[in-house]
Amino acid sequence: MKLDARIPSGPIEQKWDRAKFEMKLVNPANKRKYGVIVVGTGLAGASAAASLGELGYDVDAFCYQDSPRRAHSIAAQGGINAAKNYPNDGDSVFRLFYDTVKGGDFRSREANVYRLAQLSANIIDQCVAQGVPFAREYGGLLANRSFGGAQVSRTFYARGQTGQQLLLGAYQALERQVKDGRVRMFPRHEMLELVVIEGRARGIVTRDLVSGEIEGHAADAVILATGGYGNVFYLSTNAKGCNTTATWRAYKKGAAFANPCFTQIHPTCIPVSGEYQSKLTLMSESLRNDGRIWVPKQRGDTRPPHQISEDERDYYLERIYPAFGNLSPRDIASRAAKRVCDEGRGVGPGGRGVYLDFADVIRRLGRTTITERYGNLFEMYERITGEDPYAVPMRIFPAAHYTMGGLWVDYHLMSTLPGLFVLGEANFSDHGANRLGASALMQGLADGYFVISYTLGHFLAGGKAGDGVTADHPEFRSARRGVEDRLQRLLSLQGNRSVDSFHRELGHWMWEDCGMARNRQGLESALEKIRALREAYWKSVKVTGEEQAINQALEKAGRVADFLELGELICRDALEREESCGAHFREEYQTTEGEALRNDQKFAHVAAWEYAGENAPPIRNVEALEFEYVHLAQRSYK
Amino acid sequence: MKLILHIWRQKSRESPGKMARYEVSNVNEHMSFLEMLDVLNEELIARNEDPVAFDHDCREGICGSCGFMINGVAHGPQRGTTVCQLHMRHFKEGQALWLEPWRAKAFPVLKDLMVDRSAFDRIIAAGGYISVNTGGAPEANALPVDKQKADLAMDAAQCIGCGACVAACPNASAALFTSAKISHLAHMPQGQPERRRRALSMVARMQAELFGACTNHGECEAVCPKGIELENIARMNREFTKAAWARRDEVAGSGRRRLLPRSFP
Repeated sequence: MKLDARIPSGPIEQKWDRAKFEMKLVNPANKRKYGVIVVGTGLAGASAAASLGELGYDVDAFCYQDSPRRAHSIAAQGGINAAKNYPNDGDSVFRLFYDTVKGGDFRSREANVYRLAQLSANIIDQCVAQGVPFAREYGGLLANRSFGGAQVSRTFYARGQTGQQLLLGAYQALERQVKDGRVRMFPRHEMLELVVIEGRARGIVTRDLVSGEIEGHAADAVILATGGYGNVFYLSTNAKGCNTTATWRAYKKGAAFANPCFTQIHPTCIPVSGEYQSKLTLMSESLRNDGRIWVPKQRGDTRPPHQISEDERDYYLERIYPAFGNLSPRDIASRAAKRVCDEGRGVGPGGRGVYLDFADVIRRLGRTTITERYGNLFEMYERITGEDPYAVPMRIFPAAHYTMGGLWVDYHLMSTLPGLFVLGEANFSDHGANRLGASALMQGLADGYFVISYTLGHFLAGGKAGDGVTADHPEFRSARRGVEDRLQRLLSLQGNRSVDSFHRELGHWMWEDCGMARNRQGLESALEKIRALREAYWKSVKVTGEEQAINQALEKAGRVADFLELGELICRDALEREESCGAHFREEYQTTEGEALRNDQKFAHVAAWEYAGENAPPIRNVEALEFEYVHLAQRSYK
Repeated sequence: MKLILHIWRQKSRESPGKMARYEVSNVNEHMSFLEMLDVLNEELIARNEDPVAFDHDCREGICGSCGFMINGVAHGPQRGTTVCQLHMRHFKEGQALWLEPWRAKAFPVLKDLMVDRSAFDRIIAAGGYISVNTGGAPEANALPVDKQKADLAMDAAQCIGCGACVAACPNASAALFTSAKISHLAHMPQGQPERRRRALSMVARMQAELFGACTNHGECEAVCPKGIELENIARMNREFTKAAWARRDEVAGSGRRRLLPRSFP
């Protein structure tokens, strides 16, 4: 497989402008002749579908939820970064670019990241014009705050519901196109297969989640904006429905899957409370601006927090990383929490938790200010735990949150399959081995509003519209049959174990052996356990109900079957990457102080996995990364 | 803890439904309500019965997917909380709970506790946006926005579109939902150019979807998980009345640029 990233020539600050000029255009009158499929309606998908509809393309948009407004982007709390430098504190496009490359531990593509930083300012303009109610200063201008891993205040926010407001902006723009007939919306439709004809992505097969009908949809290009695969861990901050099926089907049809082992563990989530736990809830990282993280100095100290005096507390992030303190990047903060808990100093049931304490800041700024900043988060915490965070410190613990890995894309956001574009978290993205806070929203919207409209046009202008491929094409017929056979097989197994029990077990192994810290032995045993679990799944899973009706068990069964395959690829990728970088921490490769030790000689590259068939190991292709503008260095937040 | 659940079971949109009784034991006080239903569903699957269908996704109270009636109250007994965030510590040993889907003509039941809320999308499509295409937006700080107005806009914009307001209303009115969007955009300076047109077309769509009229019961506000206030409905009525006067030719259908269907009041 040849990986051509199609990075434009010239100085980095001119690359995108140059590319835009050099790209071919589609005549405005011809745009409606091109059919485009957009799968997923989160920030990336909704913004892409709306923008392409506005341009005049004939767009079909799909989501598994009952409304496009519910995609999981909606749950993003803290904010969105943009290099506006409104606070006059030294930010610039170059600094945002630099921070993102460094924060990603030098495993992202410079040209893409630079473009992202450039577009960040346009995103804020666009969202403000849509009426997104961002936080404001009394003078009426936009407010900013600092956010995990950054020393400038470049984060724009709408209380603790930034993702919701940005998504509603994109959703409203999308609904406007729906009303104008430029976008046809297919809610409660799940993509179950990608259709490739003559080496090009030409459509998808979906299941109507209400009628159970299997349908083919043909188009001139397919855009996947289906989010990340964090639910491979079963317990994660993702929504219950988030899944890898769309990206995994594309992988099995020839799109390379890049860096699957780069999975972000978010440091501030509410700890697990029992076996029945169905998901983990994130407490926005913005809390770390004012909250102080600590554990008792003594092992096994089970006294309630107010009985532990100042000098018996270890504010470990402030101690180890004095420059960044509680705002250290996510991977670093998560690992530090794991370390103190492994030392037996964790708090709460099972000792898997650390305190996030607001007592100091409440004393300093008063309860009202804190309510204004984090009121809804405090309420959420109290609702879930039954504890009042104004009175007792929050208990937090890391949880699987975001996946930097995803389908490999070039500078045009096109995968290795011509005509298949991948946006947002679904692609392997601009975040390298670790994503900085408030950068996911930025990337989703940059891809959807500002990148795809150019690069898709360039792709389409190179071909011809209306070559007569419809959903009746033999390839579509066979893809539909394949999907139906698979569903029938799942329903006919009639085993003795529920889908959830398999998913839970997979998640357990992934978390134990391929979570915050990984090593060869653990990964090798995980690979075996996952293979055995997959075999057991296809023998003894029990799926009730029928195909031609609403069947949530069947929906889950298909998703978990794909997770069981992806899990193996993640472990394999983690095993092959013999270094530690960002969120990928191999215990064998660490500095004497326990920090990640990269191996730039051997691993300054993207690993793009190529599917080689049911019984063959996947092929590891490599895209070398070059760092011309940000020089390779060990990340230091001390 | 053990609970007695009476749950509305309905196979499909067309088939009739009825209440069915279940007992769930081993309920832990730290479980969320939906986790308790997960436990029930695992038991049903083990017994080869059809699990209870309910919409849910984020389980953090923000996506708006979940929601059903618990003992006649939308989202259950805790104020300002969706069912996914409602925890079992609010219930007592042996308590009997009746779970029913949202009931409204505009929200047909699809299965068990799932309903079709697509009417909400069509109300937004009727005008719940600011018509700006991607690109060419002015510099974000070019237009200052009064902080108080931005805060009020945000209060209204927090609506998650779950539909509890409709389910709680004796008239099955969607006035709180529709007015929240109208208020959000009317508070923002960016929303001014389309302000009147928006109020007229969104209200018209709401009526066309067979939602009932608002008669100021206030049940919607009481169950809203995001605390959207009744005041928004008053604002919507004001916006609508002003718009109707300002654009009465359009409302009456006599103008050349007719915005509303002829059947409009």
